[in-house]
Amino acid sequence: MYSQGLIGAQTSTEEDEAFLARFQERIDAEEKIEPTDDMPEGYRRTLIRQIGQHAHSEIVGMLPEGNWITRAPTLRRKAALLAKVQDEGGHGLYLYSAAETLGVTREQMSEELLAGKAKYSSIFNYPTLTWADIGAIGWLVDGAAIMNQIPLCRCSYGPYARAMIRVCKEESFHQRQGYEIMMTLARGTDAQKEMAQDALDRWWWPSLMMFGPHDGDSVHGDQSAKWKIKRFTNDELRQKFVNATVPQAEFIGLKVPDPECRWNEEKQGYDIGPIDWDEFWRVVKGNGPMNRERLEARRKAHEEGAWVREAANAYAAKRKARKQAAKIAAE
Amino acid sequence: MTNETPLWEVFIRPRNGLAHRHCGSLHAADAEMALQAARDVYTRRGEGTSIWVVPSAEITASDPKDKDALFEPTADKIYRHPTFYDIPDDVGHM
Amino acid sequence: MKEDLFELLLRLADDHLILGHRVSEWCGHAPMLEEDLALPNIALDLIGQSRALYTYAGEIEGRGRDEDQLAYLRLEREYRNVLLVERPNGDFAHTIARQLFFSVYMQAWWREAVGSADETLAAIAAKAVKEADYHVRHAAEWTIRLGDGTQESSRRMAAAVDALWSYTGELFETDSVTDALAGAGVAPDPAMLKAGWERVIAEVFTEATLDVPDAQAWQQTGGRRGRHGEEMGYLLADLQYIQRAYPGMTW
Repeated sequence: MYSQGLIGAQTSTEEDEAFLARFQERIDAEEKIEPTDDMPEGYRRTLIRQIGQHAHSEIVGMLPEGNWITRAPTLRRKAALLAKVQDEGGHGLYLYSAAETLGVTREQMSEELLAGKAKYSSIFNYPTLTWADIGAIGWLVDGAAIMNQIPLCRCSYGPYARAMIRVCKEESFHQRQGYEIMMTLARGTDAQKEMAQDALDRWWWPSLMMFGPHDGDSVHGDQSAKWKIKRFTNDELRQKFVNATVPQAEFIGLKVPDPECRWNEEKQGYDIGPIDWDEFWRVVKGNGPMNRERLEARRKAHEEGAWVREAANAYAAKRKARKQAAKIAAE
Repeated sequence: MTNETPLWEVFIRPRNGLAHRHCGSLHAADAEMALQAARDVYTRRGEGTSIWVVPSAEITASDPKDKDALFEPTADKIYRHPTFYDIPDDVGHM
Repeated sequence: MKEDLFELLLRLADDHLILGHRVSEWCGHAPMLEEDLALPNIALDLIGQSRALYTYAGEIEGRGRDEDQLAYLRLEREYRNVLLVERPNGDFAHTIARQLFFSVYMQAWWREAVGSADETLAAIAAKAVKEADYHVRHAAEWTIRLGDGTQESSRRMAAAVDALWSYTGELFETDSVTDALAGAGVAPDPAMLKAGWERVIAEVFTEATLDVPDAQAWQQTGGRRGRHGEEMGYLLADLQYIQRAYPGMTW
């Protein structure tokens, strides 16, 4: 599951022109940049920021869906949801690993998240109120994620691109899982249909916001594109998502909550109504319905797990010392 | 005592019998924990039949600055490749 | 015989579902990201085993109940799981102790059941025993690290063992159901598994520098007859919520 368009990256960099030109040449030749290669500081910083945000999004993203694991309505649904949420954890792990190749540790990144300094996808600051939300998240949020993530498989930074290939492969079931839930509800009783429509109503706009601000308002877009960290603009990806999703909603008899949403023959795509960017920035800045709870849950897991991590490290140190002592005794 | 749990590189031998292949990394306090974590993280879809875990700090890598010295000299040794040799088509596949 | 088999399958299925439910509560809240993946793997194994067992139980019963009807639509007193598996997660040490006690027991149980006279149960066992092997390994390695880690972890691990020990005796209880099935070569006699279980636990505890509690200590009982702890009602309230709030629908 993907983080929204990158927020707040510092792409400025101080290397000399010749260095930057050489680097750009490699990028333009579609060479992959690898961890030990020379790279502009701005490139490194942008990637750490972006991969970090992406990883945090996966980890925080486990919480809203995790909220329904114990209440899933059938054993089949329970197993699928558990496997999906577990996958998100795995994706966070792959991504932290990719970021770690850039000289930052997972511990540092976690601390930033827990201190409220790092961003993650704002969509996870909304609550999951009914079972249909699990369907809506899989269908819409993972659907938006796929739009974002497929181009990232060709990102110029090797470890990030490789992590994304793995993520995309594994995520192929996530969106199907969600859509199947929505379809089942939409074909069910009136109460179920109502539940499905309500979930679509609540998740539709936040899903569109996942792609980030309009291209004109996005500060780092150009440089990221030049470095081939990002290959499509926020608006291009958002449009692709809308074009794919509106017919999917219609197919199961649901309606996206946008009275202005209609097919535009000329552009061969859907027009949509205005996105409430005030809401977006409000949530990004920490005032969504669940921002505090999400961070609190992560902090709690981190703090309550500290003694376990310490124990594992202490045991490893003890065992090493014992082995060493045994070796010396034998000599 | 450090709170930074060491980083490990994970190599999995896929089912198709090819060599172990690097597939990612993880954190674990010791080798057994790393092995278990590798199993839980990287073989959830039946990807592997064997796992290697190696402490990341133990890997010796070539320096990218040596790239030209190490790898360029092979570029002109085209006689190592089968297409260097002219064999008439009539001979058939060789 | 058919009734005994149904009862046995239900007990086993409930053990696995309820423990799977508990373990799944960790997803997203584990002490480290690697365990956020490890614990759901275990929970998925357990839930998977419960599904196979419920499905077979439904066939044996012959009243058309499927896995979900059995898993979701019974009353509290009708659940047959041992008390151990419904114990709350507590800290990571409690969860690991519960895992160790249960998975060492099930490993031995499944190993015997692989040779069951009942072919379906034997097939379920053949798959489950491999999963149980890994669950034992995971729990044992963690028990050793927590027991022999820091002072705090050692204290917590000992406290967890102390808190859960009195729930282990129930695993080995016998009654007319287990007697009948053991006699017919369908399922192992739980009492026969006790010595082996104690040996494995003692080995792990020795390496973990933990004391094995008094073998004569008082043991709780009641789960097999549907007398559960107070936490069980809340667990079922979660588990059954949708099925109860929206009866008879397809999900």
